[in-house]
Amino acid sequence: MIWNEKMECMKPEELKNIQSERLRSLVAYIHKNSPAYAAKLDAFGISPKDIKTIDDIKKLPFTVKDDLRDSYPFGLFSRQIKDISEIHVSSGTTGNPTVVGYTKDDLKLWAEVMARVLCCAGAVPGDMIQVAYGYGLFTGGLGFHYGALEMGLSVIPASSGQTKRQLKIMQDFKPRILGCTPSYALYMAEEAKSIGIKPRDASWKIGIFGAEPWSEGMRKALESTYDMIATDVYGLSEIIGPGVAQECQHKNGLHLFSDVFYPEVIDPKTGTEVKEGSKGELVITTLTKQGLPLIRYRTRDIVAIKYEKCKCGRTSPRISKISGRTDDMIIVRGINVFPSQIEHVLLGIEGTQPHYQLVVDRKVGDLDELEVLVEVEEKIFSDEIKKLRGLEEKIKKEIESILGVLVKVRLVEPRTIERSEGKAKRVIDKRVL
Amino acid sequence: MKLIQISIFLENKKGRLLEVCSLLGENKINLRALTVAESDNFGVLRLVVDKPQEATTILKAKGFVANLTEIVAVEVPDKPGGLAEVLRILSKHNINVEYMYGFLERASTRALLVFRFDNPDTAIEVLKANKIRVVGQKDMRAL
Repeated sequence: MIWNEKMECMKPEELKNIQSERLRSLVAYIHKNSPAYAAKLDAFGISPKDIKTIDDIKKLPFTVKDDLRDSYPFGLFSRQIKDISEIHVSSGTTGNPTVVGYTKDDLKLWAEVMARVLCCAGAVPGDMIQVAYGYGLFTGGLGFHYGALEMGLSVIPASSGQTKRQLKIMQDFKPRILGCTPSYALYMAEEAKSIGIKPRDASWKIGIFGAEPWSEGMRKALESTYDMIATDVYGLSEIIGPGVAQECQHKNGLHLFSDVFYPEVIDPKTGTEVKEGSKGELVITTLTKQGLPLIRYRTRDIVAIKYEKCKCGRTSPRISKISGRTDDMIIVRGINVFPSQIEHVLLGIEGTQPHYQLVVDRKVGDLDELEVLVEVEEKIFSDEIKKLRGLEEKIKKEIESILGVLVKVRLVEPRTIERSEGKAKRVIDKRVL
Repeated sequence: MKLIQISIFLENKKGRLLEVCSLLGENKINLRALTVAESDNFGVLRLVVDKPQEATTILKAKGFVANLTEIVAVEVPDKPGGLAEVLRILSKHNINVEYMYGFLERASTRALLVFRFDNPDTAIEVLKANKIRVVGQKDMRAL
């Protein structure tokens, strides 16, 4: 089933007309309503009347995460805070977190695109979904919730964690659809086995997995562990949260809803568009958002895009699975982690430039593990083991409170962290994504 | 009357202890006492040597993290209950022992133990007042 056949299967020329019209209104709207954005456009020498068709989008400046952070909390918003219905927050790097706001109409848009996501994955009205994405400031839980309500599913707002309870709910209520991070799905399978439940007997037949990058190998593992089709969902809170793109049952790229989120794939160095099918950084313009519309937002996610019609009938462009990042961000258990956040904590404790390294690993059937290696400097060294362990514990607690994700901390000898050209390699990702 | 102990941070990796000992051996530094305290992933090697300053300089030059701590070497009567007697005195005066270990001693009738106290000066006073012999750097050279 296709939720919005008109928009999702529209002829390319027709779609282009809609995109052009929406871009014209968007630029005029932002210029009028967001002083910060207006100043940015003016400084770039662009006026709303320069935008005639969607191809003029190349004349517009990019927006980056720092633009949001520098205008913390609401500076980039195009609406006054009294018109904002819902606010979500993602963890910051060293300073301010990223704040996003939705008007009532934005929430309708979110519900609409998430309904498209759910249908695209194979849900039909009347299905039951277990939403095991976190509810709260994180956009995962509520995004799925709104979409499920919109398309007429029964929603179990299980949120994340409490695995035994999740399994009991699954056994007793028999939801056909599961939404969570792919690593949590595998983790639940291990837990199920340990309490005598065969994962293949699980009621979940459709998995909608996202909030962290995952591979075809992981899809094989999920589909052989459970008797289900495992699909990938893509989104980011700055654009809307989950609901930007979703795989259909052909699992041949994620359909990106380009009537509302206009995609470009660029060379991250030059900023120019790459050839269709080549890898580059995904850039998105929110064509119809009101609260926090963004122009040419640099997602830092590396994808390839293709525009041919899919066997499912949708004409929306499809992006490949995320194959990397253009910055040093890593995603651990669905949480964005920047090495600079860890650096900030260590700087506070040691008072000097720390040498550290993040090692991320994912054992089969288990959740991501983040280990922080910290070189012991003379300043923090003690002859007493209990003081060193206390230090490990202190670093662990502080990092966990900032990131909201469990970490292991290990003290290592000086100069054990590999340095190349004087710069240490901050992240080692051992996960087979 | 206090002695200097060198503490060295070591990861639990094969050959690390050997590296430290070889380094000291090559530089003609003699070990008097040593102990390793360990945690899951790391350990602290504590050494008493004949030339602590020189040893520390050498170790640091090789990239080891090392620091110096004042410790007290105590002569304990080498007979049943000898250590208990010393500990009883310390306990009575509310002196806390952070950790302790034995000397690598040559054949002798004395047992030499190294104590790490929070406040070594008070500990030395108490020990001396109770006629317990505290060994100084000079006695060390004679060992």
